[in-house]
Amino acid sequence: MLFSWEYLFAGFAASVSPENLLWALVGCFIGTLVGVLPGIGPSSGIAILLPLTTMLPPTPAIIMLAAIYYGAMYGGSTTAIVVNIPGEASSVPTAIDGYEMAKQGRAGAALAISAISSFVAGTLGLVGLTLFAPALAGFALAFGPPEYFALMFMGLSLVVSLSGRALLKGLIGACLGLLVSLVGQNPLTGASRLTFGSLELMSGINFISLIIGLFALGEVFLNLEQQVQLLVDKKKIQWMPTWADLRQCWGAILRSTGVGFFMGLLPGCAPAVTTFVAYDLERRISKTPERFGKGAIEGVAAPEGANNATSSAGFVPLFAFGLPTGPALAVLLGGLMMYGLQPGPLLFKTNPDLVWAVIASMYVGNVICLVLNLPLVGMWARIAVIPFYILGPLIIIFSVVGAYSIRFLMFDVWMALVFGVVGYLMRKLKWPMAPMVLASVLAQMLETSLQQSLLISQGSLAIFFTRPIAAAFVVLALASIVRGFWVQIKERRGEALADGDD
Amino acid sequence: MKRKALWLMLAGMMLGLGLSQAPAWAQEKVFPSKQVTYLVCFDPGGQSDRGARVYQAPLSAALGQKVIIDYKVGGGGALGWRELTRTKPDGYTFAGFNIPHIILQPMQQDVGYRTEQIVPIMVFQRTPLALAVLGTSPIKTLPEFIEHAKKNPGTVTIGGSGAYSGYHMAVLRFEKLTGTKITYVPFTGSAPQMTAFLGGHVNAVFGASDDLTRFRDQVRVLGFAMEERFPGFPDAPTLKEQGLDMMEAVDRGVAVPPNTPLPIIKKLEEALIKVANLPEVREEMIRQGFIPMAMGHEETKAHIVKMTAIYKELTANLAK
Repeated sequence: MLFSWEYLFAGFAASVSPENLLWALVGCFIGTLVGVLPGIGPSSGIAILLPLTTMLPPTPAIIMLAAIYYGAMYGGSTTAIVVNIPGEASSVPTAIDGYEMAKQGRAGAALAISAISSFVAGTLGLVGLTLFAPALAGFALAFGPPEYFALMFMGLSLVVSLSGRALLKGLIGACLGLLVSLVGQNPLTGASRLTFGSLELMSGINFISLIIGLFALGEVFLNLEQQVQLLVDKKKIQWMPTWADLRQCWGAILRSTGVGFFMGLLPGCAPAVTTFVAYDLERRISKTPERFGKGAIEGVAAPEGANNATSSAGFVPLFAFGLPTGPALAVLLGGLMMYGLQPGPLLFKTNPDLVWAVIASMYVGNVICLVLNLPLVGMWARIAVIPFYILGPLIIIFSVVGAYSIRFLMFDVWMALVFGVVGYLMRKLKWPMAPMVLASVLAQMLETSLQQSLLISQGSLAIFFTRPIAAAFVVLALASIVRGFWVQIKERRGEALADGDD
Repeated sequence: MKRKALWLMLAGMMLGLGLSQAPAWAQEKVFPSKQVTYLVCFDPGGQSDRGARVYQAPLSAALGQKVIIDYKVGGGGALGWRELTRTKPDGYTFAGFNIPHIILQPMQQDVGYRTEQIVPIMVFQRTPLALAVLGTSPIKTLPEFIEHAKKNPGTVTIGGSGAYSGYHMAVLRFEKLTGTKITYVPFTGSAPQMTAFLGGHVNAVFGASDDLTRFRDQVRVLGFAMEERFPGFPDAPTLKEQGLDMMEAVDRGVAVPPNTPLPIIKKLEEALIKVANLPEVREEMIRQGFIPMAMGHEETKAHIVKMTAIYKELTANLAK
C-alpha cells in the first residue's frame, strides 16, 4: 500500500464526479440519520443498504457505505445531548456532559462543538490513514489476546476515576455492569450462564437496551416524579458555541484524535471503548476536573472527536489486510467482497482507483457531514425547549422503537424498561452510571481475551507481564488504580466534614 | 415538530424494510403465490449473507416470486434457527443453515431447537477447513508439525472460531488421529481468528478455505481436511493423502421448519438445485473460496445423520 500524490489527486478527481458525490451525500445523510435514531447503528444502516450494491458500480457503492459509517459518528451525539438517549455505545460519554449542557440551555453549543470536533478529528484521522497506513497496518497484528486483555483491563481501571468521589458506588456499579454482560452464552464456548433456563436470556442482554434504559428512560421516570415542566432550567439559551468554548476545546479535540486514531487501529476496540478513554483523559488532565459531569464542553468534544478518529483509523486494517475492526466495517467488508474485491495489500495494486477514490471521498464526506450537521444544530437544540409533557412521551416512544430495532425482539424492549427502573433508582440514590456502562462495554473483550490468554499460557498469569505491550498496559492500569485510591483517601481526609453527598 | 415527524416516518420505513414479511392469508394451490423470505442467521456481509445474496436474484427467477432477505442474528445462528422452527411450515419462510452448527449446538445444550427440526432442502456450498501455519514458520510440512506437537505436548496452539464448532471438532479429531495434545484456542469469529493467526499469536489454525484464499500469500497450508484436493490450492495436499483420515467443513444450505409438506419441499428443492447448477452461481462460489454444491433434500438428511454419529463420538469425552 504505497502512498503517492498522483493516486490521491486522481482519487479526489474521481470523488467529486457527480455520481460519486451524489452517493457520498446520500451516505452522509443516511449515516447522520441512523446516528440520530437510537438502536439503528451504522452496522444496520450499512446492512439495510447493502442490496444497493447489486445496482451500483463498486466505487460509488463503497463510497456511500463508508459515508454511512462515518456519518453515523456525527449523528450519534444528537439524541445523547438533547434528550439523553445515547443511541450508540460510543455516545455514552457524550451524554454525560452534553445532556448537562442541554439542561443549562447550551444544547446548541454542545451540538456544534460535537460536529466541529467530529470534523477535525475525522479529517486528521484521514490524514493519518492517507500518509501512514502502511507503517500503521502492522499495529493491529501486534495485538494478541494478552495485549487485548491488558488494554481492556486498563479501560476497566478508568472506573476508579469515572466514579468521582463515589468510589464504592462506582465499583459496585461496575460489577453490576460486568454481571449483566455475563448473562447469556459465553462468546467463546457457547455455554449458557445466568439464564435461569430462559431461551430469551440466552442471547444475552443487549447493550443498547441497557444504555437506553439507564439514560433515557431513567431520566424520564425521574422527571415525571419531579414534575419537570421544561428540561432547560435556565432562561438564557445559547444556540452556538462562543470563541471561548472553541479555544477551550482545541486541546481536547487534538488529544482525542490521537487516542481515537491509535486505538481505532485495533480490531475490537470499537468507538465505544475509545470514547471513554478520551473522555477520561480530558478529565484527568483538566485543571478543573470537578466541572466534568456538570456540563464541561471538553467532555463533549473529546468523545466526539475520538469516535470519528476511530472510524477513520478503522479503514487502515480494513484496506491493508481486509480485517474489520468492528461490526460496521465487517458489513462494509462484506460489501467489498460482493463486488469480488479482496481487501488486502493486493487491493492497492489491483484496484488503486477504487481505494483512492474512497479515501478521497471521505475527506469530501467529512465536509458534507459538517455542512449537513451545523445548520441542523438550531433545530435539534430547540427540542430542549419543548414542554416536558410532550417531550417525555416522545422520548419513551423513541426509546422503545430504538430498543426494538436492535434485533426486532420485544425482549430488548422489556430489558430497556427494566434498566429504566434501574437508572431511575441510581439517579435517586446518586449512583454514577458511567462505571456500569463502561464495565458492560468492556466485559466481552475482557472475558474472551482473558480466556484465550490463559489457554495460550496454560493458565499462567505471567503472560501479561512478559510481553512488553501487555506489560505496559497492565502497569498503566495498576498505576491509575493506585492513584485513584490515593486521591480518594487524600480528599476524604481533607474534606472529612464537607458535604459527603456523592 | 413536522420535521421530527418526518424523521420518525423515515425510521418507520427503514424498520419496515427489515421486517417486510407478508402474512399468509389463504391457502393457495400453487406454491409460491407470494414473496418468500430467506432468513439469514448471521451478520450481514458474512459468508451466510453473501451466499444468500448470490442466490437471491436467480432464486427469485426460478420461483417466479420475490425473495426477501431477513436477518435473525444471535447465539452463533441458534437464535435464527430457533425462530425457524417456530414459523409456519408453509414454505414461505426458509433459513440458511450450517452443518455442523445445527448438529453441535443442540448436542451441547438446550438451544431451543433440535437438529431434526431443521429440515434441509439442500446444501449449496462447502467450506473445507485446512490446517495452516504462517508462511514465515519454520514448520514446512505436516509431519514436521506433528513431530513439533509431540515434542511440546499441550503448548502448541491451534486457533479456530468458537468452541463446539467444526473448527473445534477438527482439532479434536486431529489430536485423536495423531496422538498429540494440542491447545485449542477459540475466537469469536473467523475475522479475529485470522487476525490473531497473522499476528503470530497462535501457532497454527484450522482455517476456512475462503479465509485462507484471502490470505493465501501469508499462509502455508499443511493439509486440507477434504476427500480431494481443494481446487483453489492445487499444490496443497489433503490430510487424507498424508494418512490422516479426517474431513471437516462448514456446509451451508437452506432449511424449512418441521412439518413442511413434502410437495413444498420438493418445489423449493427443484428451484434451489436449478440455481445451484447455474454456471455464474458456481463461478461466484469458487471465486469467493468455496466449493459449490448441489446436495438435495434426501442426501443432505443422510449426511446430517452420518455427521451426527461422528460428532457424538468425538464429543463424548468433552466436559460439558
